[in-house]
Amino acid sequence: MTSPLQQKLKITGPVVITANRLGDGAVVYRTLDGGWTTRLGEAAVVSTAPAASELLTAATADDIGAVGAYVAPVRLEPDGTVRPGNLREIIRHAGPTIALPASLGL
Amino acid sequence: MYLYDDFDRTLVAERVAEFRDQVARRLSGELTEEEFKPLRLMNGVYLQLHAYMLRIAIPYGTLSADQLRMLAHVARRYDRNYGHFTTRQNIQFNWIKLAELPDAMADLARAGLHGMQTSGNCVRNITTDQWAGVAPDEIEDPRIWAELLRQLTTLHPEFSFLPRKFKIAVTAAAHDRAAVRVHDIGLRLHRNGAGEAGFEVIVGGGLGRTPFVGKTIKPFLPKRDLLSYVEAILRVYNQFGRRDNIYKARIKILVHDLGAEAFAKEVEAEWQPIKDGALALDPAVIADVAARFRYPDYAALDDNPPELAKARAGDRRFAHWLDNSVANHKLAGYAIVTLSLKPEGAPPGDATAEQMDAIADLADRYSFGEIRVGHEQNLVLPHVAQRDLPALWRALDKIGVATPNIGLVTDIISCPGLDYCSLANTRSIPVAQELTRRFRDLDLARDLGRLHINISGCINACGHHHVGHIGLLGVEKNGEEYFQVTIGGRADENAELGALLGPAVPYGEVADVVEDVVAAYLELRARPDEIFLETVKRVGVEPFKERVYAAR
Repeated sequence: MTSPLQQKLKITGPVVITANRLGDGAVVYRTLDGGWTTRLGEAAVVSTAPAASELLTAATADDIGAVGAYVAPVRLEPDGTVRPGNLREIIRHAGPTIALPASLGL
Repeated sequence: MYLYDDFDRTLVAERVAEFRDQVARRLSGELTEEEFKPLRLMNGVYLQLHAYMLRIAIPYGTLSADQLRMLAHVARRYDRNYGHFTTRQNIQFNWIKLAELPDAMADLARAGLHGMQTSGNCVRNITTDQWAGVAPDEIEDPRIWAELLRQLTTLHPEFSFLPRKFKIAVTAAAHDRAAVRVHDIGLRLHRNGAGEAGFEVIVGGGLGRTPFVGKTIKPFLPKRDLLSYVEAILRVYNQFGRRDNIYKARIKILVHDLGAEAFAKEVEAEWQPIKDGALALDPAVIADVAARFRYPDYAALDDNPPELAKARAGDRRFAHWLDNSVANHKLAGYAIVTLSLKPEGAPPGDATAEQMDAIADLADRYSFGEIRVGHEQNLVLPHVAQRDLPALWRALDKIGVATPNIGLVTDIISCPGLDYCSLANTRSIPVAQELTRRFRDLDLARDLGRLHINISGCINACGHHHVGHIGLLGVEKNGEEYFQVTIGGRADENAELGALLGPAVPYGEVADVVEDVVAAYLELRARPDEIFLETVKRVGVEPFKERVYAAR
């Protein structure tokens, strides 16, 4: 299987680098200062392949911070708010679209 | 129940200690993710969309009340207060933290539970009929054979790195409740003309991207040869199964490419030299395993006690539940009770910690401390005295697991879908929830009769959509969720794959389409007791297709 770093990145819009935090699997995003955040608004957003590739390389090297880093599309609102770019990322960001059983009062 | 011995307990305890060390080394950075991933997978630990998921094996779907209480404890202590019973009789916890996994596994080990054989390219947890040991139509308890296979395959060094995962199911009943014809190996225990019991061996069944109904390669295999023959099949698969393409790696592709006859010849050649060796089953070994299955100390009771008839006459809701969720037991005076984990609006197969605890208590009180998990994602109390049914029903009703919809349109089998799973293309659970609302009218559901809906959120088919009477497969088109609809599939002894109805429909229209299919069935059925599958068989797909697509 080709590793994410060997794949040629095709970037058609704004993207972030996302992964799952090692300790608990929580969804995290790569920040400009080389850290991870659970807040999408704090993620480093880039729009070119070289910039995404550079971020991804650094993110992948941080094997103890987060796992399975990859490039994910985002949407930028006119006011600058960053939103996930597809359904999978919306669900990763906001959690399941269903109420969890324990909250259904069963 | 099967009683584990010191060997089993030591093996599980050692496994926990080993995994604790591996997790510590991963968290400290000593192990990379690449090194750690295969190790966690061998213990049932996946990384999903939002968190780690722990899958725990429930061998042949049999749980003690204490084991179910332990699962409730893990749900409460380490997860978000619920668990999800899967289509392979296992349970999954969706929110578990890596650092806490060793403690969770140590707790589980105290109850004889673990995650071995729930992931990776090994022989997975062996499944069987959830009514094993109590079904009137079985010739003997199939769990004895599932247990022998479990002992053979657990951590088997030769079969820990197969080309792909490998699933075995066993049935010993006339009616197949274990879907053996859509497994890598299906074993059907039956009697030959001389009255001896042996196995029909079926190979190469499976769903997923390339679905096949399995082929019989041995119509009658003597019991003594079960382990050696299965080993021979695994060896042939291990040698010839494809490792170059994950989508062509399952045994079904090998059987299909070689042809069942040629495959059987390969197995025969592999089997002959080993059939009388160490794996030939000594009757004493079989007897020893059989003796470790303890059966309840049943009382001598009569069928249909007067208190049951009185309760039935006095309460319509109870009568409906009795007719729907209670089945005949092999012993007079007892019954098999199915607990529906499919209430209106809830994710199929989910149970809260409180429900698990309550069911464990009810199992102790009414079912000799035993619970079963079925691949339909419901639970079973297998040994209930008929006189206790009214009291049990009231208690089950109170905790939300007495919806009388077993085998009906809202008893939906569904994978977790894109709400949890990193492989999924679409959501599945919300579709199931919407369908349970559309068909909330139980009088309508009863009128429709037996009708199984299966939903998978991707081609991997964990919701077994190919064998649903109505199958729904989620596909992604230009970033949108769509569903392909199949009809006419079935997973029983007459297993068949469903036929595609037509072009995929948008997510928002799936429930409407299912309603249209059901409306067509009501118009097309020849008589009220002609079930959906029979109507599809009789009239074919076209009339359903016309009805669904005419307005679209």
